[in-house]
Amino acid sequence: MKIHEYQAKDILRKFGVTTPQGIACFNVEEAVLAAEKLGGDLWVVKAQIYAGGRGKGGGVKVAQSIDAVREHADSILNMTLVTHQTSSQGQVVRRLLIEQGIDIRKEYYIGLVIDRVSQHVCLMASSEGGMDIEQVAANTPDKIHKVLIDPSVGLVDQDADNLARKIGIPESCIAETRTLLQGLYQAFDDTDASLAEINPLALIAGDHIMALDAKMNFDDNALFRHPEILALRDLDEENPEEIEAAKHDLSYIPLDGNIGCLVNGAGLAMATMDIIKLYGGSPANFLDVGGGATAEKVTEAFKLMLRNSELQAILVNIFGGIMKCDVIAEGVVMAARQVKLTVPLVVRLEGTNVKLGKKILAESGLPIISADNMADAAKKVIAATKPNLI
Amino acid sequence: MYDHLQNPGLIKITTGVVTTMSILINQNSRVMTQGITGKTGQFHTRMCREYANGMDCFVAGVNPKKPGENFEGIPIYGTVQEAKQQTGATVSVIYVPPPFAAAAIDEAVAADLDLVICITEGIPVRDMIRTRDKMQGRKTRLIGPNCPGIITPDEIKIGIMPGYIHKKGRIGVVSRSGTLTYEAVAQLMEQGLGQSTCIGIGGDPVNGLKHQDVLELFNQDDETDAVLMVGEIGGSDEEECARWVKQNMQKPVVGFIAGVTAPPGKRMGHAGAIISGGKGTAQEKISIMEECGIRVTRNPAEMGSLLKAAL
Repeated sequence: MKIHEYQAKDILRKFGVTTPQGIACFNVEEAVLAAEKLGGDLWVVKAQIYAGGRGKGGGVKVAQSIDAVREHADSILNMTLVTHQTSSQGQVVRRLLIEQGIDIRKEYYIGLVIDRVSQHVCLMASSEGGMDIEQVAANTPDKIHKVLIDPSVGLVDQDADNLARKIGIPESCIAETRTLLQGLYQAFDDTDASLAEINPLALIAGDHIMALDAKMNFDDNALFRHPEILALRDLDEENPEEIEAAKHDLSYIPLDGNIGCLVNGAGLAMATMDIIKLYGGSPANFLDVGGGATAEKVTEAFKLMLRNSELQAILVNIFGGIMKCDVIAEGVVMAARQVKLTVPLVVRLEGTNVKLGKKILAESGLPIISADNMADAAKKVIAATKPNLI
Repeated sequence: MYDHLQNPGLIKITTGVVTTMSILINQNSRVMTQGITGKTGQFHTRMCREYANGMDCFVAGVNPKKPGENFEGIPIYGTVQEAKQQTGATVSVIYVPPPFAAAAIDEAVAADLDLVICITEGIPVRDMIRTRDKMQGRKTRLIGPNCPGIITPDEIKIGIMPGYIHKKGRIGVVSRSGTLTYEAVAQLMEQGLGQSTCIGIGGDPVNGLKHQDVLELFNQDDETDAVLMVGEIGGSDEEECARWVKQNMQKPVVGFIAGVTAPPGKRMGHAGAIISGGKGTAQEKISIMEECGIRVTRNPAEMGSLLKAAL
């Protein structure tokens, strides 16, 4: 799960991470009041969307007067921001963060991630702050320094200080940076985060260290023990189909093709998308109905896929193990009837009770195209999207 | 190159009986079930008992609240340690719900079991990081979590895979998925190829045995002639394994990687199946595997025929 920058900063401040003072706003008037309350003569107006790359997309503006705050807030709110991390349609800005302006001397990068190879949390730091860190990693990997954190002791002073020195933090700020890094790790660990990123971390006038941006993602599997994090969820930032799917315990991701896929198991679901592409088709979605695919779940899955106006055919690929093919077949027939299917449906069943399953499909009276294996299924569903060729 | 063929010393002795070969488990394995009283644990314990030598193999259950009770004749103990002492079980399979599953693994590791198979899906990564840390220097091997388990066909099945689709043979299978593994097995069967052992290592980012660990075991196993390795996007497990294969593997390895069409930044069902920071793409994995001498098919319908061609 993702949260907004201002929410991440709220969390990090509780763990001793210094950030600029700021106020989250939902309209222009609130933005103006926030700037007045913060005082000073320099403000930053920041679009709050989950995706990164907001600055380049025009979603972050500096204001030197209250009028300028009003102007920027007005232009950024409700704009559709397209960045390298949003979809091509972009994301509408509904929230702003108004912050006091900061006199920046130098920018650094700090990030915490799960390192799968070492199976530890990895603290990464670089002198190349403010940049796209993936570019830095690709072009100048020697400029990224890493520390693996022992879960039984946390981030120790020596590791924090060494890392700070490696990225060129001035000696006078080492202690302050240590406090910030240890606070960041503590926040990461306490909240079951899967990513925490400060880009940039800034050396500011008067020789202090401050987190100018903050990004946190959380482990979905751990949300059950963090109601306070779950409460931060902003459904406006999420895909409505994915939200609907999650309600029915389906794993669904829309893609830009025209062939809907309904599969049991994530690996097989990906392989089904791959084989459609391999034979020249284009998958409309990833959809894993999971191990316990009931008739109700299959029906909901069909409804989700049919929301897509681009959809031209559906491929159901089920390997029945514990879940028997006849039960799946009954679910498919029931779902197809209930949603009044308007596109061709190709079904490939394999595994437990496969013969019975195929019989149920054949005797349903529905125009279901049966396939014998994955390759056959992919070819048939692609052919079904090109009716003139049948 | 074929040193292992001249080395008949690799005969495993378990409980004093010279056993048939396979990796990690065989008909002489004695298994306890942690979480035997839950709905999932009950169902799959029953299925595992019905498979091959399962009635002899599944000897104990663990539930701290129900010691002294039994599940269909299987005695339930309060702790893993007690179950081990009373029954001689050295393998555990875990169906405990996610909030408590890592602690269940910890208990099995502390009791010095040989092998733990954790089926549970949805364990927080933070818990698994701590569990893996505690496992350092211990003898216990872990399969999973979030995996279908392990099967040595016609001998023993520990996990949730459909047993009947398998048949004893000489092909090793290792995979991060569930149903895609069954698909792979079905394709092998179409080619008339049975399996020595099939292992699902699971789809979580922090887990036990990796592809490489399993290939090391298959490499040493006299009953395995070739290996089918099924991977997916995310992490660098397959790449590391490929580099090891290039240097060490003495048997043919073929592979498939799922997720060529997966978009970056999206979690494809499995917690670990995500392309992040441009890393872990299927294309990158396929390239490295091919550079390391592993034949990889882009077509998930051709896993079986590719393996047959490699023999």
